[in-house]
Amino acid sequence: MNGNNLNLKLKIWRQPSPKAVGAFKDYSVSVSPDASILEMLDELNNDLERRSEEPVVFESDCREGICGTCGLVINGQPHGPIPKIATCQLHMRHFKDGDTIYIEPFRAKAFPVIKDLAVDRSAFDKIIQAGGYISVNTGGVPDANEIPINKNIASEAFDSAACIGCGACVAACKNGSAMLFVSAKVSQFALLPQGQSERKERVEAMVATMDEMGFGSCTNTYACEAECPKGISVRNIARLNREFLIASLSSQNVEE
Amino acid sequence: MANLDSKIPAGPIQDKWTNHKFNLKLVNPANKRKYDIIVVGTGLAGASAAASLGELGYNVHAFSFHDSPRRAHSIAAQGGINASKNYPNDGDSIFRLFYDTVKGGDFRAREANVYRLAEVSGNIIDQCVAQGVPFAREYGGLLDNRSFGGAQVSRTFYARGQTGQQLLLGAYSALSRQIKKGTVKMYSRREMLDLVMADGQARGIVVRNLLNGEIEKYSAHAVVLATGGYSNVFFLSTNAMNSNATAIWRAHKKGAYFANPCYTQIHPTCLPLHGDNQSKLTLMSESLRNDGRVWVPKKAGDKRPASQIPEDERDYYLERKYPSFGNLTPRDIASRNAKEVCDEGRGANGGESVYLDFEDSIKRLGKKAIEEKYGNLFEMYQTITGENPYETPMKIYPAPHYTMGGLWVDYNLMSNVPGLFVLGEANFSDHGANRLGASALMQGLADGYFVIPYTIGNYLASTKFTAVTAAHESFKKDTEEVENRVKKLLSIKGKRTVDDFHKKLGKLMWNKVGMARNEKGLKEVIGEIKELREEFWKDVNVVGQSKDLNQTLERAGRVADYLELGELMAVDALHRNESCGGHFREEYQTEEGEAKRDDENFRYVGAWQFEEAGKWNLNKEELNFEYVKLAQRSYK
Repeated sequence: MNGNNLNLKLKIWRQPSPKAVGAFKDYSVSVSPDASILEMLDELNNDLERRSEEPVVFESDCREGICGTCGLVINGQPHGPIPKIATCQLHMRHFKDGDTIYIEPFRAKAFPVIKDLAVDRSAFDKIIQAGGYISVNTGGVPDANEIPINKNIASEAFDSAACIGCGACVAACKNGSAMLFVSAKVSQFALLPQGQSERKERVEAMVATMDEMGFGSCTNTYACEAECPKGISVRNIARLNREFLIASLSSQNVEE
Repeated sequence: MANLDSKIPAGPIQDKWTNHKFNLKLVNPANKRKYDIIVVGTGLAGASAAASLGELGYNVHAFSFHDSPRRAHSIAAQGGINASKNYPNDGDSIFRLFYDTVKGGDFRAREANVYRLAEVSGNIIDQCVAQGVPFAREYGGLLDNRSFGGAQVSRTFYARGQTGQQLLLGAYSALSRQIKKGTVKMYSRREMLDLVMADGQARGIVVRNLLNGEIEKYSAHAVVLATGGYSNVFFLSTNAMNSNATAIWRAHKKGAYFANPCYTQIHPTCLPLHGDNQSKLTLMSESLRNDGRVWVPKKAGDKRPASQIPEDERDYYLERKYPSFGNLTPRDIASRNAKEVCDEGRGANGGESVYLDFEDSIKRLGKKAIEEKYGNLFEMYQTITGENPYETPMKIYPAPHYTMGGLWVDYNLMSNVPGLFVLGEANFSDHGANRLGASALMQGLADGYFVIPYTIGNYLASTKFTAVTAAHESFKKDTEEVENRVKKLLSIKGKRTVDDFHKKLGKLMWNKVGMARNEKGLKEVIGEIKELREEFWKDVNVVGQSKDLNQTLERAGRVADYLELGELMAVDALHRNESCGGHFREEYQTEEGEAKRDDENFRYVGAWQFEEAGKWNLNKEELNFEYVKLAQRSYK
């Protein structure tokens, strides 16, 4: 609709396989300011394919900022320069004609590169498997309104539950820590009455798996909160630390 | 032509499911682990099914093309989930939810299935709350409800504008718990490329490992498909980039009937198109129609900005034409009316969109209340369009969103292929010719949590199985076929890209098999799709290797399937000489321009049997309405 296309230089990380050595490669594109950055990459890939060159591998799915699949480091920032959005929601109107844009994968020890801009975030699934749930089977649960929950508590639990599991917090952290991700899930269940019976075991199990998966420690730089597309607060981390301390002083967990 | 047996249990509708559950055969607890079940797709329906079956003790093998089950497109559902709890005391009941759903579907759904859906809807809410899903609540701590299209009661439970996300994360957490316990083995980044049959039963699948391109085979006693819908046949839709029809299409080509393929839902509240490079259309939740008023200028070609159009020159056309439902008419009606006013040249700024205006609601309720209800949707709108909807009305336009059609299943959710079960959007069963808002989440979870755990047990307990492993002859043959197809796609090395073909098909579908269809257009488009399919197999350029992560190859396989499915959608739309719900044939409308059904000749499910590409046989399942009186739908 807006006739003035932007002419941009792209420096995109290309890496053919996990163990291969990667490097930035230069591309020039002309793109509508109304397009998203992923639509710009779609167009670039379509051009590359037309010339029988290998397109840039990047992952995305919903393109509405909710599935957490996309995640690129754009000019040094996970999900780019605009706060509180995922990569797919970054529109080209935020760039100027003639700009050079650096596009790289999320970089963290626990998120190995698969190819080009795609990384392996399965460590997050492992953490959830360790305890990111309330142990109820299907059926035989009480009527929903038998568990009244204070509106503000429910709302706070929702704020924590809004995490999309994209991993920007890890990519933003100089230590590659997953504390924001883990603490959001721990907080959601620590706040809700349904989460009480497994409260201590949950935090211990999730933190142990987080450490096993190679995520670093938290040194309170708050870079995670600054880059989180959903604005998950570092207060969750404070809560996790409290939960973890209480659990380690009083947990009934027994080493197997 | 065969008449299909839906296996609806006898007896009064309110007793059917209860009696059926009692009559179903059971697998004793110790024997369950002897059965392997494959679940393909781990969105709401697949994850809830895999978790529930794992809890029961079956050996479950769950497959997803995503890196994690949490990415499934169920996550993007915004508005809510229906349930007939009647918490607001406004007259809801199981029967009313059943009635509204059958009517909303324009009398093209199976009564018994819909009744069961309404019956278990309350259990779903209980289950999700027990899992810690943070639904919206009132100050007293109890659950809050809102209204959705096609209903005059408030029965929609919600978690801000992210209900699908919270429900999927609930199902994902239940699934994760079973993965940890070892009852479910999760295979991520695997795309199903064929269904394997042995002794006339579905006994396994062939998948491509998307990381390294290896073709892998897996055997089981039953296969459950929960792989979602096929709106991406239109290229531009509200579906996620990777949502596709390949799993159900491969099953269809192995014998599973495809029912009502032409029933597609065009959602009225999406963001309008911005340009040629657009990759998808973004949905704004229908819940916005609770407080937003839809209008266009009265005068054609009025290009003034909204703020300069005085009140008496605005046409609130939904409120004018449908006073009792107003802005909350069902989706098909709201979409068609938007197209109509834009075709008259009365769109916003003279273009292809209509206004959704919150000015009155903000005046009445205050900005804070609106922000609390729709804050994230307003933010999303502003992010994408650069306009602030608190100050200027949103512009919206319809977009392909959901497909009511899908693989045919009986009351037990089993397809005509023994051992092949189909859940959620992938089947055809509950929404007739038009789905009501907030009913997709309900159906996905009903199928996964509360139906399949019962019905699959009956199949396993009453079926004789021979020993079939992945070494069986059928697996060898199907694996070879899959490998040959991959080789063929890579060897064409033509001039046009996969996206070029997909976009071209999408335009054909949108123009001729979209919101309004006619005989001439449908006949033309069938030929055009056939031609495009031939060109594809001669001139597509699929770059890269087979034994590698190759996203172009992934898309090529899916587009090849759309080029067959698109034709079937047109064939089905052409044969159905009536209008119903999302299927609007211009030749069949009332004097007021509403969909005109032909109950005498088309009161059936059209289930297509694949013979060869471009050739299908029609089977019918007659629909009987014993509890809801057939009537011309009226929302006036």
